[in-house]
Amino acid sequence: MGSNKNKNILLIAFFVVLLATPFLISNYEKWRNASDTELDRQKALDQYGFYVEDVTREWGIDFVHQAPALDKKLSHIMPQIASVGASVSVADFNNDGLQDFYVTNSARETSNALYKNLGNGQFENVAMELGVAKVNTRETGVSMSSVWADYDNDGYEDLLVVKWGKPLLFHNEEGEGFTKVDMPEFPDWVNSNTAVWFDYDRDGLLDLFMGGYFDESINLWELETTEIMPESFEYARNGGRKFLFHNLGNGNFEEVSKAVGLISNRWSYAAASADINGSGYPDLVIANDYGVDELFLNREGKKFASSGTQAGMGFAPKSGMNVTFGDVMNSGRLSIYVTNISEPGVLIQGNNLWVPSSEDSAKTAFQNLAGNFGVELGGWSYGAQFGDLNLDGHLDLYVANGYISAEKDTDYWYDFSKVAGGNKTIISNAENWPDMEGRSLSGYQKNRIWLNDGAGKFREVADAVGGSLELDSRAVSFADLNDDGNLEILVATQRGPLKVYKTVTREEQNWIGFRLEGTQSNRSAIGARAEVVWDGKRQVQVVQSASGFSAQNQRPLHFGLGEADQVDRVILEWPSGKTDTLKHPEINKTHAVTETSAQS
Amino acid sequence: MNRMGSMSAKLGGVNYSHKYTPPLLITGILLAAHLSFGILESYPKLITAIVASFATELMLHRLIVGTWRDLSSAYISGISVGILIRSPQLWPFALCAAISIASKYVLRFKDQHIWNPSNFGVVMMLLLAPQSVAVLSIQWGNNMWAMLVIWIVGSISIYRLRRFHICATYVISFLAFALVRSWISGDPYLAEVAPITGPMYQLFTFFMITDPKTTVHRRWGQYVVIILVAFVEMILRLNEAVYAPFYALFIVGPLAMMLELWWDDRNNTGGAGDGANVSNASVSS
Repeated sequence: MGSNKNKNILLIAFFVVLLATPFLISNYEKWRNASDTELDRQKALDQYGFYVEDVTREWGIDFVHQAPALDKKLSHIMPQIASVGASVSVADFNNDGLQDFYVTNSARETSNALYKNLGNGQFENVAMELGVAKVNTRETGVSMSSVWADYDNDGYEDLLVVKWGKPLLFHNEEGEGFTKVDMPEFPDWVNSNTAVWFDYDRDGLLDLFMGGYFDESINLWELETTEIMPESFEYARNGGRKFLFHNLGNGNFEEVSKAVGLISNRWSYAAASADINGSGYPDLVIANDYGVDELFLNREGKKFASSGTQAGMGFAPKSGMNVTFGDVMNSGRLSIYVTNISEPGVLIQGNNLWVPSSEDSAKTAFQNLAGNFGVELGGWSYGAQFGDLNLDGHLDLYVANGYISAEKDTDYWYDFSKVAGGNKTIISNAENWPDMEGRSLSGYQKNRIWLNDGAGKFREVADAVGGSLELDSRAVSFADLNDDGNLEILVATQRGPLKVYKTVTREEQNWIGFRLEGTQSNRSAIGARAEVVWDGKRQVQVVQSASGFSAQNQRPLHFGLGEADQVDRVILEWPSGKTDTLKHPEINKTHAVTETSAQS
Repeated sequence: MNRMGSMSAKLGGVNYSHKYTPPLLITGILLAAHLSFGILESYPKLITAIVASFATELMLHRLIVGTWRDLSSAYISGISVGILIRSPQLWPFALCAAISIASKYVLRFKDQHIWNPSNFGVVMMLLLAPQSVAVLSIQWGNNMWAMLVIWIVGSISIYRLRRFHICATYVISFLAFALVRSWISGDPYLAEVAPITGPMYQLFTFFMITDPKTTVHRRWGQYVVIILVAFVEMILRLNEAVYAPFYALFIVGPLAMMLELWWDDRNNTGGAGDGANVSNASVSS
């Protein structure tokens, strides 16, 4: 009798512990950060090494994004369809050494803005006078993102505007203006959110990848059918096609996607390029909504092999929105961060941090370690970037969150999940989607600033460093706008203002930067790899065009060094295959480095 | 073998017990879905759920009953958790499976467990750890034929276990109540029907509401209870509960069980409906 009673007590205690455990684990992170919800600048500097300040107005930036108004047949779910288009891309368009940036608008007859850095803490919108403002029209569609690169190697960054419509390429006239380039190779209409400049065949000329979202046959302003939605929430292959424009030189391009095997009709939201497997050729990673992440490995500039499944990335279909590369472990190898959707109790996809899982760099294998690193649960996440915000020598991570912030305390999730679980005959027809009726959907979510402790863990500090933002954030870029060695944060928000955060770090923290220029390689040096070795550490970064979601960081590479006062060496591997080494370069300075003509 | 009187059959000299039909069925569905669409996010998650389920069952049965137990029931619970729970982390799979199994030993009325184990586990995880856990609510692929094959194979297998009437009653009730919901909410009927075309409902219909150990024994009672489950689900859906079917079964199932057990005890009778034999030999998921 007594034995049975003891057994029962033991059993009940075991059951209570079982029930308490998920509650405790699930809330641990929230409780841990509960005390750090307000900015105390000195405390932030002491504890985290930096804080941020919203300087948008102070610096003369007043851009507000407007979303497209599409066909009335979509009016019941308009915020859902017209949920993207806020973008920001950074470039020094006039070669004055200061970082400027271009932001897009997405309603017809609205203007995009090019903010010129005046160097005195002020920015001026020069888009109209330089000819890159009026690009959102009924005939040519509206802007979704933009990406800069010097496609003709004349020393000035040219501008591609990615659209739901006809893409536009602007040639930079030595920083004095832009001329629209006649591009017969471009499709008449494409519903694209992402494009990447990269030199896939290493001929010194930048080629252009463009990924479709909605099928290119669809004009969202004049629908012929309402069957435009994904055929599945996780396995959709009825999205837009992919394009690869091979740069032939002299301003000529040739579309070669089929010839090189770049074939996919997944719903691509973001893409970025880097040499993943050390082959010397740049590969391509694509984040797809309603599907798996895709990895296309470059076979010596002749073919692309779809390798996501073999690499371990192609199994769990999610809602990919972002591709960012970062050497998060200071191991000399790039991890890939892809954002997805996490909504408590409804849909927990978790963001992906694809970390190389093989010691052999030539073997392409990744493992999703987002949970281990603590960068998994963001929200309805869009753009993300790696950058060393506190200059401690480890790459931190900023993640933009929030889908539709409409009426407060309302929620469309139930109706959304109802249809998202349906068969393709139901989900693919917009008519079957319930009316949103002004409700929010994963709205009013905070962006995350995850600080890398260098030991394999990230800690969320957005509130504590003054970087909390609850708007529907989309694109994120990092750039040293005030040339003080710290990375500013630019956040483009949907139907909201562009926000700029100035970063302030501890005085004793050091850094180093590199503005690379190719000679035999493409002049923008896109694809160049820099490995900085200092104080027993090393970190690798790669020059990129597009990075994140509808975003582009500053071209110069930026490395935090902590309190180290010397860099041992910097190894630069150019896209041409050449290598340059810098020994003991001066710190707290951005070095302009031109690819040497001979092997060094 | 008279009807289902004996739950085993001799196939080529090998004894086959029908209690293995549900585990084989769910394994078949899982394999078909995974090989077709890769629905398993990772094998470690599924294996974690099954191992946790086995370990909890073995440990608790040994501790409470004093003997080792057949693991077919734990297998269904583990595999159900492995499929239904969606989380990028590993621990929810282990904990949900352990909670599911432990509930059988703790939450008992008149010496019988009254909650479907995996239903209980899933609901507890949704209530206790919504930041980390969701439930499979999207479809396996988008192919209508694949969905039909799963429904047909599942229906035939369940029919052989004499539980098909429960599934059919539920599906008909769902479709009828979807009409009511559409009328009340003003949303398209197809939007209201959409959820039942997804895999969550295939598992719910074939493995949760038919669980012999946690369904009432009288045939007419089974009809009533299932219609009640669908009705409560409708109420919850009208209040925008995303995982309404799980909550509905969580509420209605135990109440119905307790009522029947109380009534049987009061009248000193055993449930003598058609399902009784199945109950004795089938497994609890």
